[in-house]
Amino acid sequence: MLSVPCPYCGPRDETEFVNGGEGHVDRPVPPEAVGDADWAAYLFFHDNPKGHLRERWLHAFGCRRWFHAIRSTADHAIALTYPIDAKPDFPA
Amino acid sequence: MSGFRLKDHPRAAAAEIGFRFNGSDYRGRAGDTLAAALIANGVVVVGRSFKYHRPRGIIGSGFAETNALVQLGTGAHTVPNAVATRVPLREGLAASSVNCWPSVGFDLGGLNDRFSRLLSAGFYYKTFIWPSWHLFEPIIRRLAGLGRAPTLPDPDRYAARSHACDVLVIGGGPAGMAAARAAAGGGVQVTLVEADDHVAMEPLPNLRILTRTTASGYHDHNLVTAVEEIDGPVVRQRFWKIRAKRVLIAGGAFERPLLFGCNDRPGVMLAGSILHYLERHGVAAGRRPLFAVVDDQGYDVAIAARRAGLDVVGIVDARPEPGPIAAAADALGIAIYPNHSVTRAIGRKVVSGAELIDQATGQRIRIVCDLIGMSGGWSPAVQLFTQSGGTLRFEDRIGAFVPDRSVQNARSCGAARGIFDHADCIADGAAAGHWAATGEDREVPEIAAAVRAPLHLPPPGAKAFVDMQTDVTVDDLRQATDENYRSVEHVKRYTVWGMGTDQGKLGAVNGVAVLAALQGLAPGALGTTKFRPPFAPVAFGAVAADRLLGPFFHPWKHLPAHHWHVAQNAVFEDYGWLRPSHYPEGDETMAEAAHREALAVRGRVGLFDSSSLGSIEIRGRDAGRFLDLMSVGSPSTIKLGAVRYNLLCNELGTLMDDGVIARLGEDHFLMTASTSHAERVYRWLDEWHQCEWPLALSIAEQTARWAVLTVAGPRARIVLENADCDVDLSREAFPHNQIRSGRIAGVVARIQRVSFTGELSFEIAVAADYAESLATHLMTCGAAEGIIPFGLEALDLLRLEKGYIHIGSDTDSRTQPADIGWGKGIARKAGDFLGKRSLLHPSASAPGRAQLVGLQPVDPAVVLPIGAHIIGGDPHPSRGIVTSSGFSPMLERGLSLALLDGGRALMGSVVTAWSEGRSWPATVADPGVYDPRGERLNG
Ligand SMILES: [Zn+2]
Repeated sequence: MLSVPCPYCGPRDETEFVNGGEGHVDRPVPPEAVGDADWAAYLFFHDNPKGHLRERWLHAFGCRRWFHAIRSTADHAIALTYPIDAKPDFPA
Repeated sequence: MSGFRLKDHPRAAAAEIGFRFNGSDYRGRAGDTLAAALIANGVVVVGRSFKYHRPRGIIGSGFAETNALVQLGTGAHTVPNAVATRVPLREGLAASSVNCWPSVGFDLGGLNDRFSRLLSAGFYYKTFIWPSWHLFEPIIRRLAGLGRAPTLPDPDRYAARSHACDVLVIGGGPAGMAAARAAAGGGVQVTLVEADDHVAMEPLPNLRILTRTTASGYHDHNLVTAVEEIDGPVVRQRFWKIRAKRVLIAGGAFERPLLFGCNDRPGVMLAGSILHYLERHGVAAGRRPLFAVVDDQGYDVAIAARRAGLDVVGIVDARPEPGPIAAAADALGIAIYPNHSVTRAIGRKVVSGAELIDQATGQRIRIVCDLIGMSGGWSPAVQLFTQSGGTLRFEDRIGAFVPDRSVQNARSCGAARGIFDHADCIADGAAAGHWAATGEDREVPEIAAAVRAPLHLPPPGAKAFVDMQTDVTVDDLRQATDENYRSVEHVKRYTVWGMGTDQGKLGAVNGVAVLAALQGLAPGALGTTKFRPPFAPVAFGAVAADRLLGPFFHPWKHLPAHHWHVAQNAVFEDYGWLRPSHYPEGDETMAEAAHREALAVRGRVGLFDSSSLGSIEIRGRDAGRFLDLMSVGSPSTIKLGAVRYNLLCNELGTLMDDGVIARLGEDHFLMTASTSHAERVYRWLDEWHQCEWPLALSIAEQTARWAVLTVAGPRARIVLENADCDVDLSREAFPHNQIRSGRIAGVVARIQRVSFTGELSFEIAVAADYAESLATHLMTCGAAEGIIPFGLEALDLLRLEKGYIHIGSDTDSRTQPADIGWGKGIARKAGDFLGKRSLLHPSASAPGRAQLVGLQPVDPAVVLPIGAHIIGGDPHPSRGIVTSSGFSPMLERGLSLALLDGGRALMGSVVTAWSEGRSWPATVADPGVYDPRGERLNG
C-alpha cells in the first residue's frame, strides 16, 4: 500500500485515494476542428513509461481535491506531488 | 531416534503440562514448544509426506520446519498446518498430524512411494491430460491433503492496529538488538518485532518491543504487516500495519539440509535445531548423534552435544582439510571423518545408522547412530528483503543469496546478510542502526573468508529430498531439467518445489544450486525464485481483523425511512442501498406482489421511496455553462422552476447516466442521478470542474440529506391535496416537468412532477429526518384513495410498459444517445460538450449500430429471459440481446427491451430470441407501448 503525500493533507494511505490516470493530457478543442488522429491520441494513446509518470490523483476519502503526482512506474516511488493547476519542472 | 529430557536443565523443573497428540496423552513442561515436548516424549514420526506418504519427523525449529505440520483444536477453532516448532505448549492442547490418513503408523500411502515414478515431476500436469484427472483425483486428494480447513466461521476475534515509527527492526537476535539500541540512541522512535516470546535487552523510552510478533509481509513504501500472537481470552491475534521511515531486517538465517539418500527419515535433523532443543528446552533429540557438515559451523553443535553428555559418534566433514575447529572436537574424543559425506540414512522407518563414502577412495562405511545432524551451511532469511523489491546476489563464501541492492529504505544486517560470527553481527547491527537513525554509513567489519565444501549431487535413484513438504527430490529436478525446464520459476511450478506452506525456507537455495549444477552453471547463476508474502502463514481472520466480516464487509446504506419499510412488511434487496423490492401480502410470491402493486399504481395510487436517487446541487455564476459542457442537452436553457430529462456521456460519446435537471434559481441547479451511478456522477462532475474547467460554481452531493417519496398514480393529486400542502397542485399551475418549493404538513419540501412510472407523479423531497413521518402522513392522507407502498419490482414493470430505460442495463459500453433515440439534440447543440467529438465521428451514425427497441413475443404468455440473444445475424449469429423483461400487468403479455443491430429499421418484423437452447419468435416494436402519447403522465 503506497503512502501518498497529498499536497493539502500530507502523507496518507493509498486506500484514501483514487488514481485518475495520466495527468496533463490536453483536451483538443473545438470538437468540429479536431482531426480523428488527434482525438484518438487524446482518448487512447497515453504514455506508459518505465520510470516517472505524471498522474492525476484524487484524495477521495480526505480533502476530496485532485492533484498531480510524479510516480515511478518501476518502483512506485512518488517523487513529487503538486496542485492540479501547476506543472513544475522535473528532470525526466 | 529416542529423544529425552536432560535432567540438569532448568526446564526439567518447570511445571508439567498435559497435552494430546494423535489421540495419545503426553506430558510436557511449561515453556516447551509442541515440537520440544514431542521430542522429549520420544515421539519420532509426526506425519506422513505429501505425495509418497513417507514417514516424517521433526527436522528443525522455529520457522525452519517443513515436516511437522499439525492440525490444532477441533470444530470451528481448528487451525490447519500449524508448525509444531512454533506452537507453544498449553494445558489441554490437542494436535494431530495433518497428513496421515488413516494413521501415522499405517503405511498404505507407502504404496505411493513404490509407484513414485508415476508421481514424479509434472505429474499433475500430465495427469490432467491423460487419461483423466478425475480418475485419480479422489484418491490423490485424500492422500495428498495438507490439513483440513475449518468448515465453520472462525469464532476467534482478531484486532488490527496501524502504527508509524521512524525505524522498524525486524528480529530481536544479536544483530537486531544492536540495531535497535543504536537507532534508539540516535533519538528516533524505534519499534522492534520479534517472533519469540522475549527479547533480551534493556527497555528504552523511545523503543517499543513487540514480542510474539512475526513480520509477514513487506509492501510498498515501507509498509510492513505483522501478526502478533495474543492467545488471550478475547483476542487471538493482532494484525499490525507498520509504516516506518527506515526498516532494518535482522531476521537471521536458515540452515540448509544436506542432500543424501533418505535425508527425510525421522531422525535426520538440522544441526542447529538439535542445538536449539538442547540449549533452549533441555531436550536431546537422540542419544547417539552423528553430524554431517560442510564448514566449521556444524562443529559447534557437535561439541555442545558432547558437552551435554550425548554420545557423539562422529563428525562427517565434506572438506578434504577440516578447519582448526576440528582439533577442539578431537580433544573431546569425537571421531572426525574428513573428506567423507553421508550417502544415505539407514533405517526403515526411523534412523538407525548412516552410510558414508570416502570421496577420495570411494570406499563406503556404515555407522550406527540414532540421530543425524546435518549442516549444509546457512542461508540468510532474504524473504522480506526480496518482498521489498530488493535484489539478491549469490555469495560463494556462504553458498547462498544475500541482499544486494535496496529499492526501499531498507537494509539487512547480521545473519540476514550472511554475517554469522556473533561479534560481527553485533557490530553490523550497530552500524545498521546508526544508519537508520542518521542516514550515515559506518564502517562494517571485514568478514573473513571460510572454507566450505562444494555441493555434491546425489546419484540418480538416491531419494534425496530437496523440498520435503512437497516431496520433491533431486531426481524430480533432474527430470525437469531433462525435459528442458530452465528457469527456476518454471521448474518451481512444474515440480511444486518450494510451493508448500514453508515457501522454500529449507529447500530454495539447495534447489537452485542443484538446478545450476544440472545445467552446468555456477551455483548462483540461475538466481532464485521470488518470495512472496506472507513470510509465514497468516489466518484470514487476522487480515480481516473483525472489521471486514459479515455486515461490516461492505456496509449497506439504509433508506432514511428504513424502519417504516420494515413495518410495511417490505422485502429488501441489496443495491448498495437496501431497497424494498416488494411488500408481500399473505403468502404472495415476489411476482404476484409486483403484479398487484403495479396494477394499484395504474388504477389508484402508490407510494415509492426514491431517496437513494443521487441528488447533486450545482450553484454559481457559471453553473449553466458548466452543465452544458457536461451534458448532451443544454441545461442552461431550462426555465426557472422547470425540469428536463438529461443525458451524460463520457468522451467516447457513450452513455454514463441519465436523470433530470431542475432549475431552482438563476444560478442554482439540482441534478438527479440514478442510484447506482450517484457517486460516480458526482465524482465525474467534480473531476471536470477541478481539473479542466475551474469555473465559478460549487458542486454538492446532497443525497443523504433528503428523503424523497414519490406519490404516483391517477389519484396522486387527490392524496396531496389532502396532505396539507401549500403548493398549488392544479394541472395548470403545476404541469409535468416542473418543480415547486413549499411546505407539506408544515415541513419544507421540494416537489417535482417527474415520472418513471408513466403515471401522474409527485416526487416530494423533505429533510431526511422527516422520512418516516412523511411516509406515515401520505399513507394516512391516501388511505381513502387506496394508496399502497410499491417496490422496485413493480416499478420495473411500470417503466418497462413505458419503455423507460436503465442506463447500464438497457445500454452497454458502446451505446450512444442516438442509439436510444436522442440523436437530434446533438446536431442542434452549438457548443462543446463531453463526448461531442466522438459523436461527430462517422461511426456514431453508421448503419447497423445496436439500437434500443421493444420486443413483444408472438406468444403473449412468453417472458423472454434477460440476456437472451436475438439470432440470425451474419457473420456472428447474435445480432442483439434482451436487456429487460417482464410480464406486463396492463397488457397482460410479455414485454422486453433489447439492443438490436439496426433495430429501428426492423420495426414490425419478427425476430428470433434464443437462450440456452430454446427460442421464441418476437415482434420488434417501439420500446414504450403503454399510453404512448403520455396523457396519463401529464394528467
Ligand atoms: Zn488531501
